[in-house]
This record gives sequence, C-alpha cells and structure tokens, in this order.
Amino acid sequence: MENTKNNHIKNIILTLIGCLLAIVVLFPLYIIVINSFKDRQEIFQNQLNFPSTWSFTYYIQAIQQMNFLVALKNSLIITIISVIFIVIFSSMAAWALERRKSRISSAIFYMFIATMLIPFQAIMIPLIQYMSKWDFDPINFSLIDTRYGLIFMNIGFGMSMAIFLYYGFIKNVPLEMEEAATIDGCNRFDLFWRIVFPNLKPITVTVAILNVISLWNDYLLPSLTLRTPSLLTIPLATFYFFGEFTIQWDLALAGLLLTIIPVIIFYLFAQKYIIKGVVAGAIK
Amino acid sequence: MRSHKRQLSFWLFLLPALFFFVNVVIVPFIIGIVYSFTNWNGFSFAGSHFVGFEYYIRAFKDTQFLSSFLLTFKYAIIMIIFVNVIGFLLALLVTQNMKSSKILRGIFFMPNLIGGLILGFIWQFIFSQLFVQIGQSLHMQNLFFNWLSQPTTSFWSLIIVGTWQMSGYVMIIYIAGLQSIPIDVIEASQIDGAGAFRRLRAIVMPLMMSSFTISLFITLSNSFKQYDTNLSLTNGGPYNTTQLLAMNIYQTAYNHNQFVLAQAKSMIFFIVIMIITVIQVHLTSKREVEM
Repeated sequence: MENTKNNHIKNIILTLIGCLLAIVVLFPLYIIVINSFKDRQEIFQNQLNFPSTWSFTYYIQAIQQMNFLVALKNSLIITIISVIFIVIFSSMAAWALERRKSRISSAIFYMFIATMLIPFQAIMIPLIQYMSKWDFDPINFSLIDTRYGLIFMNIGFGMSMAIFLYYGFIKNVPLEMEEAATIDGCNRFDLFWRIVFPNLKPITVTVAILNVISLWNDYLLPSLTLRTPSLLTIPLATFYFFGEFTIQWDLALAGLLLTIIPVIIFYLFAQKYIIKGVVAGAIK
Repeated sequence: MRSHKRQLSFWLFLLPALFFFVNVVIVPFIIGIVYSFTNWNGFSFAGSHFVGFEYYIRAFKDTQFLSSFLLTFKYAIIMIIFVNVIGFLLALLVTQNMKSSKILRGIFFMPNLIGGLILGFIWQFIFSQLFVQIGQSLHMQNLFFNWLSQPTTSFWSLIIVGTWQMSGYVMIIYIAGLQSIPIDVIEASQIDGAGAFRRLRAIVMPLMMSSFTISLFITLSNSFKQYDTNLSLTNGGPYNTTQLLAMNIYQTAYNHNQFVLAQAKSMIFFIVIMIITVIQVHLTSKREVEM
C-alpha cells in the first residue's frame, strides 16, 4: 500500500519533469509561431506576447517572395524520385552481393561500406568539376543546375548506407522460398521482384524514411549544383530572407514556419515508422 | 551455361548501383586525392603539375585552419558529453511507467527532423532578438544580450542548438538499448537488494554498452561534420571565431578560390575522421558485454 502511494508520487514528479523538458524543447518553435504573425514594429516591441492580430499577411507575402510552392514542388520531386531509385538499385545490389558470395562480391560490399567514412567535403570539389563534364549541349543535357543532375548525385551518395541496411536484412531472410521458386522455373529478375522484394518491406520502409529525412533537409550538395531560381529546393529558398546584411524577420519567421509544416505533417502521419526506422538505421 | 547466366545476372543486378556510386563517390574521391598533390587552378587540369605535399604543408601553416581544427575538437567533445548525458537521461525518463511517455518521446525527437539549416535560423532569432529583449525588460543585460555577437557565447549557442537537435536522436537509440535488457535480470537485482542507482551502474549500463558505442560514434561523426547549423546560426562569426572545419574547407574553396588547399585540408579531415572512428570503435567494443 505504502509502495503504490510512493509510486504514484514518483509518477507525478516524473511526469512534471517530462512536461517541463517538453516545454523547453518546444519553446523556440512557440516563439517562432507567435512572432510569425507580427509586423516588424511589434516584433521589435514584444516577442513574448501573443500577436495583437492573427493575420496571415506575412505568410502570403513569404509564400510569394521565396517562391514557396515552386520550392516545395522541387523538394518533393527531387526527394521522391531519388528515394525510389535508391530503394530499387540498392536492394537489387545488396541481394546480388549477399546471395552470391565470392571474393569479388565481398570486396565490392566492403568498398560500399568503407566509403561511408569519407566526409562530403573531401569529394565536393572534384565532384562538381567531374559532373560538369557530363554535359551534352545538343540535347541540353547537364548534371549541373538540373533536377535530374541532383537526383543522379543523390542516388550515388545514397547507395552505401542503403546497401548496408539491405544486406544486413537479407542475411536473415531464409533461402527456401527463393530456391523453391527457382526450381519452378522463375528467372532471377522475376524471382527478385515477385518474391524477394516484397519480403524486404520492413527494411525498405527504414531505408526510404532515413533517405527522405536526409534528402529533404540537405543543403550543401543542392547549393553547389542548383543555381536557377526556379529549381531551388526548400532549404535553399529560405536563404531569400537571410541576406548578407539585413534580415527581414517579419517575413523570415513566416517563411521558416512554412518550411517546417511539411516536416511536421510527415512526422504526425509516420511517427511510428520514423522512430522504428531511425532505430533500425542506427543499430544495424 | 547455367553458371554463366547467373554470373551475368549478378552483374546486371549490381550494375546500376555501381554505376551511380562509382561516378559520384569513387571517381571524384580519387580525382580529389590526385589533385591535392598538384597545383591545379580549380578550372582546367591541363597544365597543372605535381607539387608533392606543398598544399598539405600550407594547410598546417594556415592559422585559421588550425584554430578551426581545435575548435571542432572542442565542439565535438562537449557535444559528445552533453548529447549523450541528456539523451540517456531522457531515455531513462520516458521508459518509466508514465501515461505521457509516448508523447514525450515524440516531442523530444522532433527537433531532429527539422534540418540543421532551418534550426540554425530559428535559433538565430532566439539568440539575437529574443535574448536582447529579455535582457532589456529584466534588466539582466549581462546574461541576456545578443549571444551571437561574442565569440564565447556564439560557440555555446552552437552547442545549445546541436544538443537540442541531437539529444532526441540518441535518446531513441538508448530507449532501444534499455528495452533490450531482459526483465528478469532487473528483477533478480531488485531481489538482491540493489538500489536504483547501483542497478543502473552495475547492471543496466554494462548490458547496453553497444548503445553507447553507436551513440558516441554518431554524435562524434555528426559533430565533426557539422556545417548547416554553423552556416545558418553564426556563419563562422564573429570574426571567424566559430568557424568549424567543414566551413573552413568550404570557404577556402569557394570564397577564396584556393581549391587545392581546400582539397588538401579535406584529405586531412578525412584521415582524422578515420583514425578517430577506428580508435573509438575499438575502445568501446572491447567493453561490450556479450549476452
């Protein structure tokens, strides 16, 4: 009896601590939300109060000035297409590497894994120079300053980790089904897409989520390849408000909030999968 | 015949992945190694010649590079301590029997999904605008002022934002570690009369050593590679005092057009990351308890 009462008190204290910490975590976002409705004057005078009027003027202006809808479209296209190709190519490669073990296949596997240590800075300068050589004027083909060029590079950078995750997962998938299908005369291609790939669903979700998060937020690589304003992704577009010398906070805050909204929506719908995916991605 | 066919299908399955990977990662990496030993001008390679370690020596004579290097070490060490202590405590908190633990987990993890660039901008408002206003209204200008205007407070701003972002991430890893400990081990220790703190130190922590390895590794490599928040929060300022390594390399290349020097610096960066990773994985994996 004494014990349950103690537990009850302990529970209340822990919940209080938890709520306090949650407030600390959410506080910056709260500040951004309330100030995004204020004009410059009001921001200057009082940042902690609720806005005097809840007007969406700054949101509308921010959407127009940073070209938000175009940036959203670019971010969606680049992220989704990159992730689809990363999933397809890395699952195929990991399956081939895991199911056909030889000295060559393990050498290739270790090459994929070892390069995960290379920091992006060690590649970026020659990468941009090399990619700009893949340029074919007659059909206007260029990997620099195009969406497909960025997608091309995203796929290349995404391979290592995705293959690593798929490889670890495939190792634990029993061979029996694949053998049975082979006896039934299924060719390798059908075998993979009809039988193997559907069984990889849990790890596919992980790979997709980890890549969506990192590609959506990616700044450095897109900033090096995309120049044309109509191609900018969301992280690049936010720079509109942060000039060299002055920051228009009234618009910038609304703009920042706009860029967070898609992430929050994604999180609300896929929280369970995101957390599972992050755990699987980190631990494997 | 059959084996030939399978050999062919092996390569066909591998081909797309290899094609993208080799062209985007391997070829540029090799080019980068070669360039770092030449006097390439950043545009056309024709006419460049081999200069040995000249640019590596120049990198070590570059005082801004050296101070960025030291700063990055300092940043990484402080981040490892803060992020892991807070992340571990958060994990302990939300694995208690509480109704709100699911929601709390979700909130603590959320900052992680917002990219480092946007986070930096958000906190720039807090440190440079809100702090000034709070300082004025509370008459505490010695504590609340524009934190981004001074080197020391700028550096701590980077730490605060980094901790705010990453603690929730390692929390998730620690939660998985805590939940993997069999309940009967805990119960046995309770029967043996071990107190909560003792239990944590003698039983729980040794059993989740692999979670510590992973979290330390992730915090270390993320802090070392930090660029986005550095750019949007302080942009290296004031007076380049908060310029971390990644930013120093970027500026050497794209602001000063010294591409080979930047490439040499990034090779040094790569070697340091490699050494640290090997040491760190070696040290922590020795202490792991096999279940």
